[in-house]
Amino acid sequence: MDKLEDLQTPTWCPGCGNFGLWGAFKNAALKKGWDNTNSVLVAGIGCHGNILNFIRLTSFEGLHGRALPLATGIKIANHRLNVFVFTGDGDCLGEGGNHFIHTCRRNHNLTVLLHNNAIYGLTTGQTTPTSPHSFKSKSTPQGNPDWPISPLGLAIASGATFVARGYSGNLPKLTELIIQANEHQGLSVVEILQPCTTWNKEYTHPFFQENTYFLGENHDTSSKEAAFDKSLQWGVKQIPLGIFYQVEAPTFESQLLQIAEKPLIESSPKGRDLSELLKKYT
Amino acid sequence: MSNKEVFSVKIGGQAGQGVKSAGLMLAKVANRSGYHIFTYTEYPSLIRGGHNVMQINISPRPVLAPFKTTDLLVALNKETVDLHLEELQDGGGIIFEGGDNSSLPQASKNLNLYPIPLSKLATDTGEKELLINSVALGAILAILGGQLSTLQQLIGEEFASKGNPITLANNQAAQAGYDYAVKNFAQKRENILKPLEESGPASLSRSGQKMIVNGNEAISLGAIAGGLQFASIYPMTPITNILHFLALHQDKYGYIYKQPEDEIAAINMAIGASFAGARAMTATSGGGFCLMSEGYGLAAITETPLVIIEGMRGGPATGLPTWSGQGDLQFVLHAHQGDFPRLVLAPGDAQEAFILTRQAFNLADKYQTPVVILVDKNICESDQSFPVFDTAFEVNRGKMTRETIPGYQRFADNGDGVSLRATPGSGNFFIANSYEHDSLGLTTERINDRQTQMAKRMTKLESCQREDLPSPQLFGPEEADITIVSWGSNKGVILEAVKHFDKVNFLHLTWLSPFLTPEIRKRLEQARYLIDIECNYSGQLANLIKEKTGVDILDRMLKVDGRPFFVEEIVEKITSVLEVTANKASQSHLPNGQVENIIN
Repeated sequence: MDKLEDLQTPTWCPGCGNFGLWGAFKNAALKKGWDNTNSVLVAGIGCHGNILNFIRLTSFEGLHGRALPLATGIKIANHRLNVFVFTGDGDCLGEGGNHFIHTCRRNHNLTVLLHNNAIYGLTTGQTTPTSPHSFKSKSTPQGNPDWPISPLGLAIASGATFVARGYSGNLPKLTELIIQANEHQGLSVVEILQPCTTWNKEYTHPFFQENTYFLGENHDTSSKEAAFDKSLQWGVKQIPLGIFYQVEAPTFESQLLQIAEKPLIESSPKGRDLSELLKKYT
Repeated sequence: MSNKEVFSVKIGGQAGQGVKSAGLMLAKVANRSGYHIFTYTEYPSLIRGGHNVMQINISPRPVLAPFKTTDLLVALNKETVDLHLEELQDGGGIIFEGGDNSSLPQASKNLNLYPIPLSKLATDTGEKELLINSVALGAILAILGGQLSTLQQLIGEEFASKGNPITLANNQAAQAGYDYAVKNFAQKRENILKPLEESGPASLSRSGQKMIVNGNEAISLGAIAGGLQFASIYPMTPITNILHFLALHQDKYGYIYKQPEDEIAAINMAIGASFAGARAMTATSGGGFCLMSEGYGLAAITETPLVIIEGMRGGPATGLPTWSGQGDLQFVLHAHQGDFPRLVLAPGDAQEAFILTRQAFNLADKYQTPVVILVDKNICESDQSFPVFDTAFEVNRGKMTRETIPGYQRFADNGDGVSLRATPGSGNFFIANSYEHDSLGLTTERINDRQTQMAKRMTKLESCQREDLPSPQLFGPEEADITIVSWGSNKGVILEAVKHFDKVNFLHLTWLSPFLTPEIRKRLEQARYLIDIECNYSGQLANLIKEKTGVDILDRMLKVDGRPFFVEEIVEKITSVLEVTANKASQSHLPNGQVENIIN
């Protein structure tokens, strides 16, 4: 496969951060050979979810907030598939917050790409769980009275085994990060910072370009404490990018005897003998 | 009402005393002695300390429902005596904690008293009071003429995995209770559990062999026989035992049970697994189905097969969590926004639950849409004797492929509403899309796409109605003075009641959507007098019937207290209607043939 986007022109606003993410993902897919024989994409609802209409890969666009349990079911049924989850800050942390915690906890072998623009774009600009305090939006005209959540801190605390952050304005680095996340065996979360050019006038390309930096070699990715510390860092020239945390742990799928030899869907559901079971009821 | 054909034992005690396990053991002894049984359990939403009772109805002929009256009350604690003594009829018996010459001054009837030092006999075996239920079981067998060896064989099978000491202690306790009763009540023993000649030790090869099974077990067995590959179920009474059962047997049959974080995750995981190609199900009660409503429509618009078990209890909200109800019918028939084919099947007992659950998997695949099995707590948790289930079944996956198809269109409109379903990984490009979509699955808002896809999905309901919908079951004579209409677990109690009358029949509805309107309307219009029987406040089935057929059943016998209907209540109702209609029948008829309703 050499062409992934011959479907329709993306409907995102000009300058939307999703274009960078779309490009990085397609680059990674072409480089690694992710195609309709080995990969499936899942998304929730939001501007992020429209990405499925612009990539020629089999996918499931589910309900707002529910991409993770949907992807979990797919992975359990056919663990040989490469399962990518596209989700947004409102989708994943608002409507789907509970699923995010538990999916991380179970260490399913999924690649979660969390589009974070700190705004509800599709519903025309309301505050989300990652919008900063005092942020003015249509839902917080007096300024946001709530404090933002740290998606990566939450992922680390919940048990994700690969936790990273990318920026949609840096395609080569983001491409590389998506590949690394997918190669990790276990639950990978990549938070992707992206501007919403229409509704969020604070988190712009210049803002991210001025204030982000890449974690250096002195950052110990096996240290949960160091990862937590970096996940809480946010400020002027203080927004880390790169891999925060990576450890090895058994994936959910690797622990099930039923699928030790082959995917669940390859075991025939036909002709089961229940006679032993029925004896217990006589 | 005389009830000589059915002997009703009620065991009561506090939660934790083993009332249910003793009751089920007694039922199995009866089964192996050639009898039919029906059990009914009442318990509060507590783990210890609450009052538990189990009624075990025993008969040489099939017994289908609980009774109000008790023939032998087995009181493991004093509260049972206080709460249930009144249920005993003249000539009934009571086993209670006591010694020689203990009496029950509060008993107003002529009762056979069986005072037994239950705690002392249990303690004498060295296992303290934990074995009180086994002592009582031994005593019950002695009093009812049952065989202790059958009980001891069952104890051996039950505790095989727990090791010999537990088997031994339970056997000793049962022996102690048995011996005490034989010695002290020799003159008062009965023949209720005397083995019937044609029966013997259990063996599946024997023709006419019976099994004892409840609805939860039957649904689980039906799912396994029906080719279940993935189940995600969040615990909730009354369906929790489905997940226990499925979790326990997953290794042997190769399917996967996954406990999700909530019902929303449960249904979405099941949809994901089904999309990937696995036969998938979930189960819940009304409250959980509220959360699943969102996913219900997702499965429909993405055309993903799914089996959903909805086990009703008394609502709304937490309601009556450990009691039964039938108040979710209209909710399930209308859950989720918008129009999509809703397939809703309501079994009337465990055997129907087994057959319909199994069939639901084929229907879900055939029509690529969710199918709901609607049951109630009385089906889920009542044990009943049935012929051993015939598990031969053809799993049919419908139009499905794992091949790469040139020019593949997942949602192509072929006329019958069902397109070829490919799985992810097959090499085909498509989107399962919660947005309205075109034939590839791409998001669309075009008028033509919307109309085509909506009509395509709704066509499934018509196809199903044409190809799969059976005639409704009519029990009893074609010609009747009264026709009872009902659904769900009321089936058993109505069948028990109508046996007492020559000219009363019963229309039992299991397919609630699609609905066989012409045939049901014809039946109802032919009826001389209609009674609707349901466990909800508004008569939800009667309202559905009115919506579909125009026939308004005026006489509605409704119950919302969480208890099932008892045979005696239905018999009384029929008797009173017959008396009134006998007096009034010649006077006035309504245009649709229904006798003017005088009862309500």
